[in-house]
Amino acid sequence: MAGPATARQLAALKRILFVLCLVPLLRLAWGAWDDALGANPIEFIQRSLGSWTLNFLLITLTVSPLRRLSGWHWLLRLRRMLGLYAFFYAMLHLVSYLWLDQFFDWQAIAKDILKRPFITVGMSAFMLLLPLAATSSDAMIRRLGGRRWQQLHRSVYAIATLGVVHYWWLVKRDTTLPALYAALLGLLLGIRALWRELERQRQTAGADLGKRTLRNTP
Amino acid sequence: MLIQLPADTVPSEITPRAVFDKRREFLKGLAGTALAAALPKSACAGEKFSATLKSPWSTTETPTPYKSVTTYNNFYEFGTEKTDPAQLAQRMKTRPWQISIEGLVKHQKSFAIDDLIKMAPLEERIYRMRCVEGWSMVIPWLGLPLATLLKHVEPQGATKYVEFISAADPKTMPGVASAVLDWPYLEGLRLDEAMHPLTILAVGLYGEVLPNQNGAPLRLVVPWKYGFKGAKSIVKIRLTDREPWTAWMKAGPREYGFYSNVNPAVDHPRWSQATERRIGEFAKRRTLPFNGYAEQVAGLYTGMDLQKFF
Ligand code: HEM
Repeated sequence: MAGPATARQLAALKRILFVLCLVPLLRLAWGAWDDALGANPIEFIQRSLGSWTLNFLLITLTVSPLRRLSGWHWLLRLRRMLGLYAFFYAMLHLVSYLWLDQFFDWQAIAKDILKRPFITVGMSAFMLLLPLAATSSDAMIRRLGGRRWQQLHRSVYAIATLGVVHYWWLVKRDTTLPALYAALLGLLLGIRALWRELERQRQTAGADLGKRTLRNTP
Repeated sequence: MLIQLPADTVPSEITPRAVFDKRREFLKGLAGTALAAALPKSACAGEKFSATLKSPWSTTETPTPYKSVTTYNNFYEFGTEKTDPAQLAQRMKTRPWQISIEGLVKHQKSFAIDDLIKMAPLEERIYRMRCVEGWSMVIPWLGLPLATLLKHVEPQGATKYVEFISAADPKTMPGVASAVLDWPYLEGLRLDEAMHPLTILAVGLYGEVLPNQNGAPLRLVVPWKYGFKGAKSIVKIRLTDREPWTAWMKAGPREYGFYSNVNPAVDHPRWSQATERRIGEFAKRRTLPFNGYAEQVAGLYTGMDLQKFF
């Protein structure tokens, strides 16, 4: 596929994506107003925001493998927005916890973060997201330099992993869904590891070849 | 030491309609719009029981709406989502239905459900129900004291415990194909807990025949314990001298104990039990020892370390 050829097409695509990413939130708002979130709407809202945080993390992680497999390089131009949406939903998820779950009882919250492994892990994931969100602007990328920026943003692998662990540890008994997320994440991280390994082998082979050619030159 | 609580409700405990409405307002506020929408009418309507008795054991708190009680259920035989039972339990056939009483009793016997219902006049018991997950409801059950049935079959002297075994029919219960729990679901009580007047076998809800998703045709209700102690769709009651090894103890012995009395001072290893969300309310409430039934039942546990026997 050719993809958006012009800057204008890309801008239009971004606008569409921006609205699409708001759909989960709008559906929650609609459901809350329509009383369609079941008997425990607060739990529903909180869980749905958590699920969408994880969804957006995984979608963001899909961009670069998908680009490589498809050759659609313009996909990369959408990645920042997806990552920021992951942060946006994480923030709402955290607010739903602080407010709807704990009612800003800071003592209980502190105790929860220290005592409940699933909260500890969720909170760690959120804290790790903060520097990524803070360095998402073009100016920050320039200030950090591409390489350092990239190194920093690799922590998203850890964040997504913590997110899955958080989910795994909070379910009462049925781990089907966390297992599904774990498998997807394993796939997304595994394919990267595989490509990196292949790249390394290619480079060492290339270096060997280089040496040999050097030696062979008179 | 246990705090003795009044037998019934203090006025502040009653959910005022205003609070309920406020929450709706709040949620509408969240949506940021003021249009009105019609709620769908409840789909399940049971047959009404006639001539039932009121009970002094009932709370005067406002019952949780029928729709919530019948659409937000943990009944893993039909799936682990709370909405699964309401959607899938209709396939279960609750007539004919036999309940066999076995083990250390003088009269081993099998009852047809309709005979069991006629054993004593049905009483309405409006009880608080606290789920181990941290939410609660107020439910107007209809049923008979378990003691009535047990006295009828006469426990032998050696009996110490009562075991409750639920149906596990893969043809009508899609959840039993999954290994989330060891089927059939098994629960248990100590004999004195089983004989306590608060302990009932429920056959109805809101004056009507118990909907399938709530454990029809017959379920256990023990209001001072976490909800999962209330075995649903019971097919067998066994009296024994050994402490039953319940389905949830098998699933997580560190997380679920035999007693499972509601206790705000003993947290689930993964979450706090200090507070609960009453379904339909916005703010959370403090959880009460023995779910507010301490005055009636704390005596059953004198001298026991409730941190250890959780
Ligand atoms: C990157 C960060 C995070 C991710 C990816 C994440 C993801 C999730 C997911 C997938 C769920 C389960 C949703 C479901 O059951 O359908 C969840 C639930 C939950 N999360 Fe998070 N979460 C994150 C951060 C946090 C933080 C910072 C907190 C609080 C400090 C938190 C507290 C909770 C709570 C209390 C629940 C609900 C547990 C329950 O209802 O039993 N999470 N989260």
